[in-house]
Amino acid sequence: MSPPPGLTLLYLLAAVLFIVGLSQLSSPRHARRGNLIAAVGMALALGTTVPLLHPSGLTLGLIALGIVVGAPVGALAARAVRMTAMPQMVASFNGVGGGAAALVGAAEYLRAPVGGAALALSLPVVFSVVIGAVSFSGSGIAYAKLQELMRGTPITYAGQQAVNGAVAVAIVVLSVLLVVSGVGGAALLALLLLALLLGVAFVLPIGGADMPVVISLLNAFTGLAVAGDGFVVGSPVLIVGGTLVGASGTFLTKMMSDAMGRSLGNILFGAFGQVVATVGATAGPEGRSVRAGGAEDIGTLLAYAQRVIIVPGYGLAVAQAQHAARELADALERRGVTVDYAIHPVAGRMPGHMNVLLAEANVPYEQLKEMDVINDSFKNTDVALVVGANDVVNPAARSTPGSPIFGMPILDVDQAHAIVFLKRSMRPGFAGIDNELLYDPKTVLMFGDAKDSLTKLVAVVKAA
Amino acid sequence: MNAHLVSEISILVLAVFVGFAVISRVPTILHTPLMSGSNAIHGVILVGAILITASAHGALQLAVGVVAVALATINVVGGFVVTDRMLEMFKSRRPRRPGPP
Repeated sequence: MSPPPGLTLLYLLAAVLFIVGLSQLSSPRHARRGNLIAAVGMALALGTTVPLLHPSGLTLGLIALGIVVGAPVGALAARAVRMTAMPQMVASFNGVGGGAAALVGAAEYLRAPVGGAALALSLPVVFSVVIGAVSFSGSGIAYAKLQELMRGTPITYAGQQAVNGAVAVAIVVLSVLLVVSGVGGAALLALLLLALLLGVAFVLPIGGADMPVVISLLNAFTGLAVAGDGFVVGSPVLIVGGTLVGASGTFLTKMMSDAMGRSLGNILFGAFGQVVATVGATAGPEGRSVRAGGAEDIGTLLAYAQRVIIVPGYGLAVAQAQHAARELADALERRGVTVDYAIHPVAGRMPGHMNVLLAEANVPYEQLKEMDVINDSFKNTDVALVVGANDVVNPAARSTPGSPIFGMPILDVDQAHAIVFLKRSMRPGFAGIDNELLYDPKTVLMFGDAKDSLTKLVAVVKAA
Repeated sequence: MNAHLVSEISILVLAVFVGFAVISRVPTILHTPLMSGSNAIHGVILVGAILITASAHGALQLAVGVVAVALATINVVGGFVVTDRMLEMFKSRRPRRPGPP
């Protein structure tokens, strides 16, 4: 269907607003406006669609029903979610988008079963159904892993490669059949189910710590599926919107895996064939002693330092300790101590996740230092205060070639004069590997909930 | 290959380059909001869902269409709202010094 020229120009304007919105998201100062501009573009695209419709009353009612059901669900979920659960929220919104993309392709196939001749139509239909469905079920598994509804560690079993390979081959065969000979609805349903299965099989063997990369990749997948649907329904705004997300999402995925010092291939397929790899890494230092300290000792150490760097991690987020961390920083600054926050690119669960949490606690934007900026400062730092972080300061990333995190850039906390870890227990970090730094003579550990510990430290610093 | 398809492919190729160019200037700290914002933008599939529902024939196609509309609406509304919530927190609380640091 090709709309009248006036409406086509409105769609073009919507696409431009998407592009402007995305580019404004690149600066902290304009990011919020960028999101609003993209939302205006979306409203325009939807408004432009209305005059194109000539449906019966029933159809119009059903479309309204879908919107009336969907809108409050999305709005309420987005309002209610805690900042710590943001990654799985993005995963689920991405998943439903992928599901919608698969269904749009499927519906178009059902409406006009295509034969070998209409390659330009059947090819994007099959593409969108497969990619959209993989994104839907893959996002579901990513959500379940992050929400701890299921085990976060890689799930592997004997013959996994053979099973996944068989599913992939079946999908290719069915796709070719559908494209070439248009074999009909039952085959399409089978393709949909197989693609859902592939999404599950694809994400199961990937560990919880790598989920952000997976979500980013699936976000790009959904974008591509939407672009495919743009060809199916002949809508340039779908092609532009989907492709923008597909391209930028792919680039973002690569940047995220680079920040972890690993190739995308290693993240996605690393768990295959090494079912017991992590056991050896955690078995080593049983029985070695660590130095634990109380709030008095550690608070005094901080109060009389000249320069303190706070290294926040996911533990801080889980304990909702971002406000307590800012109070401690304020108390230290009133005593003339210089305080900065060192933000690892993948601190928390997603790049930028920790910045969002600390911004929520009114930490000034200027005090948040990225890894490359602050790493040289640790050697002139009296105390590095590590709050609920582990893997991102683990020197094994530099020194232990067999380690799962080997090669990941880390914060050089080990160069500080003294190191304080606030930890709940001796349990290793998300990657499941032990941290040599905990046994370092210049390290002191304070066990307990991060928020409680920080509150105690604030009291000691104020009294000192 | 007809002219319509050629122009669609042209749009696709150009959009790929725009997508790369736009994101290469984004600082690390905005990656999560950016992912969330782009996640909302692929909610434009709602346009496609509405179009196919409007031209659906029979109960099955209508049902598939309505489910697609509902899912896409969740994607759009939730995506923009959650991104706005994230970015709300980046408001500068201290007066910002003019010029680069």
